Amino acid sequence: MTELSDRPSSRVLPAWAANFVIVLVIGTLWPVARLTASQLNPYVVQVILLIGINIVMATSLNLINGITGQFSLGHAGFAAVGAYVTGVLVNYLAAHDQLAGHEWLAMIVFLPLGGIIAAAMGLVVGIPTLRLTGDYLAIATLGFGEIIRIVITNTNRIGPLEVRGSQGLRVPVISNLFWTYLWVIICVVCVWRLVHSIKGKAFLAVREDEIAAAAMGVNTTFYKVLAFVIGAFFAGVGGGLQATGFFLIDPKGFGFMQSFLYVVMVVLGGSGSVTGVILAAIVLTWLPEQLRSLKSLHVEDLRMVTFSLLLIVMMLVRPEGLLGRRELWWTRRRLAAPSPAGNP
Amino acid sequence: MDAPQACGAQPGGKPLIHVPLLEITNLCVQFGGLRALSQFNFALDPGDLVGLIGPNGAGKTTAFNVVTGVYRPSAGRVILDGRSIGGRKPFQVNRLGVARTFQNIRLFEGMSVFDNVLVSFNRSGMGGVAGTLVRTPGHERIEHNRECEALDLLAVFGLAGRADDLSSSLPYGQQRRLEIARALATRPRILLLDEPAAGMNPQEKVDLMEMIRLLRDRFRVGIWLIEHDMKLVMSICQRITVLDHGETIAVGTPQEIQDNPKVIEAYLGGPA
Repeated sequence: MTELSDRPSSRVLPAWAANFVIVLVIGTLWPVARLTASQLNPYVVQVILLIGINIVMATSLNLINGITGQFSLGHAGFAAVGAYVTGVLVNYLAAHDQLAGHEWLAMIVFLPLGGIIAAAMGLVVGIPTLRLTGDYLAIATLGFGEIIRIVITNTNRIGPLEVRGSQGLRVPVISNLFWTYLWVIICVVCVWRLVHSIKGKAFLAVREDEIAAAAMGVNTTFYKVLAFVIGAFFAGVGGGLQATGFFLIDPKGFGFMQSFLYVVMVVLGGSGSVTGVILAAIVLTWLPEQLRSLKSLHVEDLRMVTFSLLLIVMMLVRPEGLLGRRELWWTRRRLAAPSPAGNP
Repeated sequence: MDAPQACGAQPGGKPLIHVPLLEITNLCVQFGGLRALSQFNFALDPGDLVGLIGPNGAGKTTAFNVVTGVYRPSAGRVILDGRSIGGRKPFQVNRLGVARTFQNIRLFEGMSVFDNVLVSFNRSGMGGVAGTLVRTPGHERIEHNRECEALDLLAVFGLAGRADDLSSSLPYGQQRRLEIARALATRPRILLLDEPAAGMNPQEKVDLMEMIRLLRDRFRVGIWLIEHDMKLVMSICQRITVLDHGETIAVGTPQEIQDNPKVIEAYLGGPA
């Protein structure tokens, strides 16, 4: 079949154009981030920073929970691994007066390193636990997250590296909007391209029907573990961004409730919808901050009450999430339209 | 591996011994005290169209499940093209060239018709992940070719017009056809069809018969078929195996099977 290459592609944007746009966006990110940080007040910048981190966390969890259909409740555990690897190493450099002037090098090396170690954890945890399904997998991953948290809480130092688990670890703020949104772009592009490729159909097939997927030659275990490892990597990076962006990390910040918040983002955005989950991550980070003003009523802290009510209403009105399984836009043209063979 | 070649592979001279593509010898499957299949023998070549019939619970689907790696055989051998497939995992068996459909349709319901077929092209492991993320020209070409291939396949089955629709939105007969198209996309040498006509109306059954013949001739696959519709089985199969309570009670041409008193007894009960 030689004439295949002459047929029009179903993709809206050819690869070179898509890659060009991404490079262009990354290229303009630095000045835009600098400008934003200098114009807005520090509190708003912090919120935007947190939104970016949560997008990374929710999108990577979406790959595991929404797209591959596995139920992980240990995402904050992987973030803790990444946060402490990055934080401890940055502190070590700072203690030896090597950090000043090398912040960008620390970000380039330590963030992915935190991600890789989290991914390695994902591999070790994933291979045995991904044999479980549904509730059992949720409990196993939840247990993993708690183990990580408790181990960190009880670790004071590892050799020359200071962890200061139970007291919380101070880390110099060397991250900013640029680093955070650089990883937002990397994470979203990776997950988006996986889902919208032929390879990505294997992840979806595992979610839809594991038996049928295996009968079509899909190595289901491999794809489940792959989703878990990629998800853990980005969670680790997200943790590293948290460590280097907010001055202080504490194991309490990586507990079950945090994992649960990420699950809520995925479910509320629409499990499997990349853009929907990004929307949910933005709304669910921004909303609690807006609700802070309720505190001035001096009654009770109505913030979390309102937040919970919103979630309940949302689940009643739109149980499939904001976007369901749809996306805000498509990368493919409709295939069916005109058939050259011409069936009348 | 110096696997013996199937007979059709050698042009000209006839091979001395005929080694079928799929050969099952003395296969037994035991579930606790229940013997689902005993001493089962079977052979299939490319281009064959062979039926497997029997009353409910006779062990027909069990035979399929052993061949596709869902169950392990308790005893006996399953040899495909010189390689033993007994005890391999389902995805490995599929990659060796055995594809199947399911008795109760198992489509990927939340995915489009087109995506259902694309799943079947995922046979390599890690290779391609990096290409997918960067969208390299080589990777783009492969994806494009596979997409065209998938569309062509859908066109053969008359489903090209519904490529973008959710697979669960198809009418029943088309869902059955999509399941066959999806199985064929894995490029099998042997296709196992588990009750493809179940629940179809008479017209759909006629279309199905046409299609099964077309599959055999156009894709040169060996087709092994479980079916309860006797008219369909008798009119398209060359050979038929009849199972009852896990035992093979008859093997032969449709005519021989129809006249076999044991088969009549299994279906209608013995003389009082």
